[in-house]
Amino acid sequence: MGTMATPRVPPFERFYLMHRDDVLGYLRRLLGARAEDAWQETFLRALRAYGRLEHGRHLRAWVFTIATNVALDELRVTKRTVPQADVEPVVELRRDAFRELEHLTGGLPPTERAAVVLRYGYDLPYAQIADALGSSEEAARAAASSGVRRLRRTHERDH
Amino acid sequence: MNVTTDLDARFRAAAVAGGLVDVRYDVVASPVGDLHVAATGRGLCRISYREDDWEEQLARGFGVRVLRSPLDDVRRELDEYFEGRRRSFDLPLDLRVAEFPAAVLHELAQVPYGHTDTYGKLAARAGRPRAARAVGTIMNRNPIPIVLPCHRIVGASGALTGYAGGLEVKRRLLELEGASFKA
Repeated sequence: MGTMATPRVPPFERFYLMHRDDVLGYLRRLLGARAEDAWQETFLRALRAYGRLEHGRHLRAWVFTIATNVALDELRVTKRTVPQADVEPVVELRRDAFRELEHLTGGLPPTERAAVVLRYGYDLPYAQIADALGSSEEAARAAASSGVRRLRRTHERDH
Repeated sequence: MNVTTDLDARFRAAAVAGGLVDVRYDVVASPVGDLHVAATGRGLCRISYREDDWEEQLARGFGVRVLRSPLDDVRRELDEYFEGRRRSFDLPLDLRVAEFPAAVLHELAQVPYGHTDTYGKLAARAGRPRAARAVGTIMNRNPIPIVLPCHRIVGASGALTGYAGGLEVKRRLLELEGASFKA
């Protein structure tokens, strides 16, 4: 046992208290005023899947991946609708960049996709991306560049 | 970025309404201290005087999707009991114990408000007259004290013997009910 033991999945309440504030902060940076609905959806999705988790590793990265997916869904929906008055301008400006990336990155593994979108769609520094993904800055950088390489290969194959 | 009380409450309500929670719990203040209470979709499953390891215990017994959320019916009936306005509980229970403990707890539930009974008699009524000691253990591990009134069970001499919440709590519950017992 000891340090080698696989961490058990903690009771959901503990997991929730540990991550709820950081996830909300992250979604605010991505979605501005619309973050609250996305935040609730993130934890409802997490709760839906929680009973099937096999161990307690990487739970922070896991919930940030869910949050990223919810945010991408949200941006995908709203780009087809009339812009809302309460959307903060910073998000509005960045949405164009996101639009291009959004359909390009659909085939990437989730972590690479999140890293590419956050880096090139949102201009987030790697320190913040690392925070969002629950990884080191180095790993975030690696995920983004591996995502870009994968996109390039796909592009070359298709054209 | 802190989640507001309102946003937090909305999430908890949505999680429960969506049937996504294995077991939820609440903390109810009472004259004998804070009571940790828990319920599944089937009913009340735990009352505890202690909070150590509480969420982990619930996760082991009922599933990892443990969430704090108001248990209004439980709170109301407990409040009424402690105010002396309720003599029995109408809450559905989710009891997950083996056969003999289930039989004992079923008999325990029949011991009326304000009365006491002995471990030996309870054992006899559950079909094993010589199992007084085992009944003592079952009382000690009673998952739903107060509602399943193990405080009403005393030794053959009438002495209070033990209680998971401490003898002082047992004494106060019996005094509240106006039961006579050996001090």
